[in-house]
Amino acid sequence: MDDASIWSQNWAWTPVPADGAVTYENSTCTLCPGGCGITVRKVEGRAVKIEGTKGHPVNDGGICILGLSGLQLLYGPTRVASPLKRIGERGDGKWQKITWDQAISEVSAKLAEVRAAGNSHALGAITGPDRGTVSGLLERFLLVYGSANFVRTPTMMDNFEHVLYLTQGVEATAGFDIENADLVLSFGSGIIEGWGSPVRMFKANARLVENGADVFQIESRLSNTAAKSKHWVPINPGTEADLALGLAHIIIGKGLFDYNFVSTHAHGFEAFKQLVQTRYTPAVVSEKTGVAPGKIEEMAVKFARAAKPLAICGRGKGSAPGGLKEFLAVHMLNALAGSVNRQGGVLQMPPPDYIRWTEPVTDELAAEGLRKGRLDGAGSDQFPSSRHLLNRFIAAAAEDATAAPQVLLVAGANPYYTFPGTQVVKKAFDNIPYIVSFSSYMDETAMNADIILPNHVNLERYEDVPVIAGLSKPVVGLSKPVVAPQLNTRHIGDTIIRIAKAMGGHIAGAFEWDDYQACLEETLSDKWDALSGSCIWVDDAYAPPAPDQAFNTYSSKFEFNAGQTQKALNADNPLPEGNTAEYTLTLIPFDAMRLANGYIGNPPFMTKIVADTVMKRKDGFIEINPVTAGKLGVKQGQRVTLSTPVGEAKVRVNIFEGIKPDIVAIPRGLGHTAYDEYLAGKGVNVNELLGTVEDPASGHDAAWGIRAKLTTA
Amino acid sequence: MKQAQKEHTTKRYGMVIDLDKCTGCGSCMVACMSENNVPFKTDESNKLDSITWMQVYKLTNGKSYPNTEICYLPRPCQHCAGKHEGHSPCVSVCPATATDYSKETGIVSQIYTRCFGCRYCMGACPYHARYFNWWDPVWPEGMEKYLSPDVSPRMRGIVEKCSFCFHRYQLARNKVYLEGRKDLDEDEYQTACTQACPAGAIKFGDLYNPEHEVHRIAQPDMQHGGRPQNPHVFRLLERLGTNTKVYYMSERRWVRKAGDNYLPGEFENPGAVAGSH
Repeated sequence: MDDASIWSQNWAWTPVPADGAVTYENSTCTLCPGGCGITVRKVEGRAVKIEGTKGHPVNDGGICILGLSGLQLLYGPTRVASPLKRIGERGDGKWQKITWDQAISEVSAKLAEVRAAGNSHALGAITGPDRGTVSGLLERFLLVYGSANFVRTPTMMDNFEHVLYLTQGVEATAGFDIENADLVLSFGSGIIEGWGSPVRMFKANARLVENGADVFQIESRLSNTAAKSKHWVPINPGTEADLALGLAHIIIGKGLFDYNFVSTHAHGFEAFKQLVQTRYTPAVVSEKTGVAPGKIEEMAVKFARAAKPLAICGRGKGSAPGGLKEFLAVHMLNALAGSVNRQGGVLQMPPPDYIRWTEPVTDELAAEGLRKGRLDGAGSDQFPSSRHLLNRFIAAAAEDATAAPQVLLVAGANPYYTFPGTQVVKKAFDNIPYIVSFSSYMDETAMNADIILPNHVNLERYEDVPVIAGLSKPVVGLSKPVVAPQLNTRHIGDTIIRIAKAMGGHIAGAFEWDDYQACLEETLSDKWDALSGSCIWVDDAYAPPAPDQAFNTYSSKFEFNAGQTQKALNADNPLPEGNTAEYTLTLIPFDAMRLANGYIGNPPFMTKIVADTVMKRKDGFIEINPVTAGKLGVKQGQRVTLSTPVGEAKVRVNIFEGIKPDIVAIPRGLGHTAYDEYLAGKGVNVNELLGTVEDPASGHDAAWGIRAKLTTA
Repeated sequence: MKQAQKEHTTKRYGMVIDLDKCTGCGSCMVACMSENNVPFKTDESNKLDSITWMQVYKLTNGKSYPNTEICYLPRPCQHCAGKHEGHSPCVSVCPATATDYSKETGIVSQIYTRCFGCRYCMGACPYHARYFNWWDPVWPEGMEKYLSPDVSPRMRGIVEKCSFCFHRYQLARNKVYLEGRKDLDEDEYQTACTQACPAGAIKFGDLYNPEHEVHRIAQPDMQHGGRPQNPHVFRLLERLGTNTKVYYMSERRWVRKAGDNYLPGEFENPGAVAGSH
């Protein structure tokens, strides 16, 4: 027996992890915008496990799989180990290691050259979220440099902010008191797919289940959210706004709306009523949406009669902005129910206001650059209340090389992979002569950059994390270094400050801090002590203003029918690209917790647990209904070609009962070309098959899918 | 005194998983892999050789669109007691005493250095809870830094499985001993999956202890092989007599039915079908 044991255990290498003193350190996870508290277990300085912080107001001990896998990002092979300068063609992966001094002087020299030629407006920056000090420093840099082209990556939050601005006249972010709602109408929001702050939403969902709350999940695919809701309402994708307005028709027609709110605190109700009464009758809405009239009425009545109903939207994780009409229509439902700024409803949340830096002094070159405005047209006469339009920025850069930025800085974003219409993004990149990536990881954007100035990963750096993810209380987290920097990386805040200082003049003058740490401590001032200890600051006393105080519109009331609202509500639904004669199917992307699809790709643990009906070896799968499969004559597992007006891909078929016939669904988060061997080259990046459709009212990309066909050849 | 202490040391650790709350997100699986130094390969899409001590299965009600329903079912090792305590399917077949049943905790152990990879236990386990290391584990350069010293990394040629994070029990026992206390509190020993679950779907504790949540929810009848008395609670393949310590809960009948194999009509009307008990 002993011999057998020795024979079978003839292992070449068995790591013996070193033992030692165990400590725990708290921080805030920044791998997604959710703002969860994390507690890292360390053994003699090594981080060995990430856990959710018990008692934390966002996630109270829970943690998602991306947060759990954070150590694979920290110690993993996808990291950029030092500043790199491209030596081969873009995307070839041929790099030369350079020192930080070289990197800073090279980038600042390039920026000085562009500026001296009077082209300061030709500096662009793309970031992830735009609320903390890091994006603040970058935005400030662009301002003193002389460019208005600071663009944040759009999400559903753009539309929520837009809606609050149009209907309530406030510059606020949206909070959702979902824990206290007793009925939720979800227009495709992935309550348990990563919408908002994921762990918080899991907990809220568990509470809805415990309370037996009615949750209506309205979407064409049986997502996990649909599967766990009390009611799954399959709908023709892209007709959610029609359904919302159809529900409004019934609620108004039956007199079930909150009379007090509408009569006392709202303005323009008659015009809105007129719109829904004439154009959104149950018959018309049923025809468009594919939802039976009886179901529409049931939802409308239950919604209106619930004590604390809440309607939410933003498809899947909410990583695409979506159409303004839909967001407005859904918000109107909340208004009709009186679920605005009250317990269980939608809350207007003040944007974080702790960044109070002095107005920088700018020079004539900067003023001239700023006068040239934004490439994306946000804030222009055409799109007066949109703030950032990345789709238009990319389209403009792709369309005309002379208008494209000459230098692009990318931080906390991976547009080369995450943005729909990969072909257009590639073209835009081709037109931009100099691209600087601050990524910690060798992602697709970094791969196609000219120089990489790698940031520390979240577990190595300080950063304030204002949480803009639908929470019902204002929360600011602090990300803290849990381990010493493992590689030759620098904090992006320090890098920006050093570039500014290297450029001298007014630009240097706007960055008087010695380093990022000094900037952060000064900025957080009275919050610093609390944050540096517990890593969390929460305004527990916050309550949204009462209806007679809340609205800052012309009428000081909730506006059902302001000019832009009217325009948006009267607009047609954004249609997917492609003609229906050739492309008989509709392709929709979907989100899943096991596939990270933001600027960070799947770490190995996450890819490991992706189902073999989603990805098998290198193949990605599409989901289709058995009826559709029968019609097309395709079988489970069969290899087919999926084509759309913008691209095609080889995929395999997964026949799934939980999807509407004639729809093809494909997950976001696969088909990476960068990162490591654990992720690259597996499945299809859906963005290569998608295009963008500009929303006429907001200018955002409102596409939710595209026409498609399958061929078996 | 001695008698009282003895009573206190006998535990039957177990789990209750609320399938209506479980979202299939996978946090339990990844928390487990991270806690227990479970390796990964470049391709893990062949699920037959993919090591997942905790595995989340996807169940469907078999109905067509739009009446399809999905439920997720997390499956750790079920820590079977068998008909008599210690008569677990795997323990009874192991020729190396590499897997054993603890009468102190009710936990089925796996002792890597004794295992020589015959895989009888894998054949015996009705729950596919055991995994074989077909290869030595390889971590990419630098990543072995995150390995935990609490759990030995395994090697090629042996079997591994969920231990209910037994090392956490040991650490908690040490702490209690050092503090001069007799007994563990409920929250002092929790598995990594329980702790991580963002939906709060997993409860873990001592099934013997009427104050523990697992006992209160499952209401196990310890005189009759731990059978749950809560009508919404069931165990997997209950009628095999494996006497498992992982209980599942759902309000949905089809989900409860999926926990075992039934003859047509048997689940709806037990006793009506000839030959069934």
